Amino acid sequence: MSEAKKNILVVDDDPDVVDQVTTILSGAGYNVLAGYSRAEGEELLLRMTPDVAVIDLMMEEMDSGFVFCHTVKKMVPDAKVIILTAVAAETGMSFRADSEKKRNWIGADMMMDKPARAEQLIGAVRQLLDR
Amino acid sequence: MDTSLRLLITDDEDGMREGARRALQKFSSSFQDLDVKVTYDVHTAPSAEEALEQLKETPFDIVLLDYKLPGMNGIELLGIIRDLNPDTHVVMMTAYASLETAVTATKKGAFDFLAKPFTPEELRAAVRAATRGSILLAQAKRMAEEKRRMRFEFLSVLSHELKAPIGAVEGYLELIRSGHVKDDATLQRVVERSLVRLTGMRKLIFDLLDLTRIEAGTRTRNLLANDIVDIAKGAVELVETVAADRGIAIDVSAEGGSRFVVDRSEIEIILNNLVSNAVKYNRDNGRVVIAISGTSCALTIRVSDTGIGLSKDECDRLFGEFVRIKNAKTRGIEGSGLGLSTIRKVARLYGGDAAVDSEPDVGTTFTITLHPEPAEVTRESN
Repeated sequence: MSEAKKNILVVDDDPDVVDQVTTILSGAGYNVLAGYSRAEGEELLLRMTPDVAVIDLMMEEMDSGFVFCHTVKKMVPDAKVIILTAVAAETGMSFRADSEKKRNWIGADMMMDKPARAEQLIGAVRQLLDR
Repeated sequence: MDTSLRLLITDDEDGMREGARRALQKFSSSFQDLDVKVTYDVHTAPSAEEALEQLKETPFDIVLLDYKLPGMNGIELLGIIRDLNPDTHVVMMTAYASLETAVTATKKGAFDFLAKPFTPEELRAAVRAATRGSILLAQAKRMAEEKRRMRFEFLSVLSHELKAPIGAVEGYLELIRSGHVKDDATLQRVVERSLVRLTGMRKLIFDLLDLTRIEAGTRTRNLLANDIVDIAKGAVELVETVAADRGIAIDVSAEGGSRFVVDRSEIEIILNNLVSNAVKYNRDNGRVVIAISGTSCALTIRVSDTGIGLSKDECDRLFGEFVRIKNAKTRGIEGSGLGLSTIRKVARLYGGDAAVDSEPDVGTTFTITLHPEPAEVTRESN
């Protein structure tokens, strides 16, 4: 890669999900920093400027992911946000960021079901970085 | 609590209607046992047809209904009221009180009867009885609703807790499948973490079975003389290897009598959970002290560790279902979040309780107080 490595922020309260996402994305050549709670994620934001943030929806609170997503967008307006969630399958609620209107409401650029497949995750990050 | 019930008087006699309205206008019923004071929002109707119009508009809690009305009669209207709103308490008023009319009206769902003529006191007594019925019904419904809501909440948290380990293991397999595991060290980590999550999931299922068994109370309790120190030693055996690996020393001490009439599996739930926690949340080379002390009226089980400890706020939440303290210090430690809530439920079966005392980075002490029968020395344990 001729350009500098892109920065990815991963925040999830499940250490195994953090491990997996980190392994996949650092394997794909990204520079990955990880936090295990919204608070840790906010701290990391003071030290890094993520190009993409991969966030879990349910952490300390049911909606920690949404709240943190807003924080990321406020502090780094150019950063793209992927929210990882197992919520859709659990509650039957549909959280798809498939229209501009929904993206604006949720604040995330993409919603992805857990567990994320490696190709899907790498593809999503690439696609968002190209936008 | 103050509340107001909607009450409708239906009678074609003007004097009757007015008299009843006046008798109830400023009337209120207090029920100390239900902690409620009730006043009435009184409405009147001179015919069944007019009553029906009002009933369709807004439901009433209590309806005083004349048996004999021009046009549609009281019994017919009673049927319609019950169809419109089964919670409405209907008191039939009739001058032709006969067994036959009583049976018909009861079958149709009348709550009570009032024989004409009646005094204002008799009227108020009947309204008071209907009020009590109405309040009790509302409370029972609220409780059933609350129970349903709690059950739903429990199940949705449970499904989340069960899906997390499946997702984690699936994710690790996905790493292998997609060729992201490039060296032996990574493979080792992936396999080990997958096994840890599967063990955690099995523990969750066992804890869930314990909890439902204790909660359902349907299981026959096997109350026999048992030595609590024996049960404690059994709990120590389960964690011995892990404790030794981390240099954690475990001590069991007893003071006073330690033989009590208990259900062995229930006390195992308490000790296995507490001892396993004391090791899990300990520091390396730490210490666990299990102290059993018995008197003629109480058994105290105290398990102390020298581990990461808990804040005051964490202590307050600790005994709730699925409560897991998540922070940098507990990361990677598996737990179902059901153990402590089950321990408290077991303690309550013995008229006791569970308490926690802790200081961050110093250690935590759990104290379980039970009130089982002491066992006679001659009786044998199972």
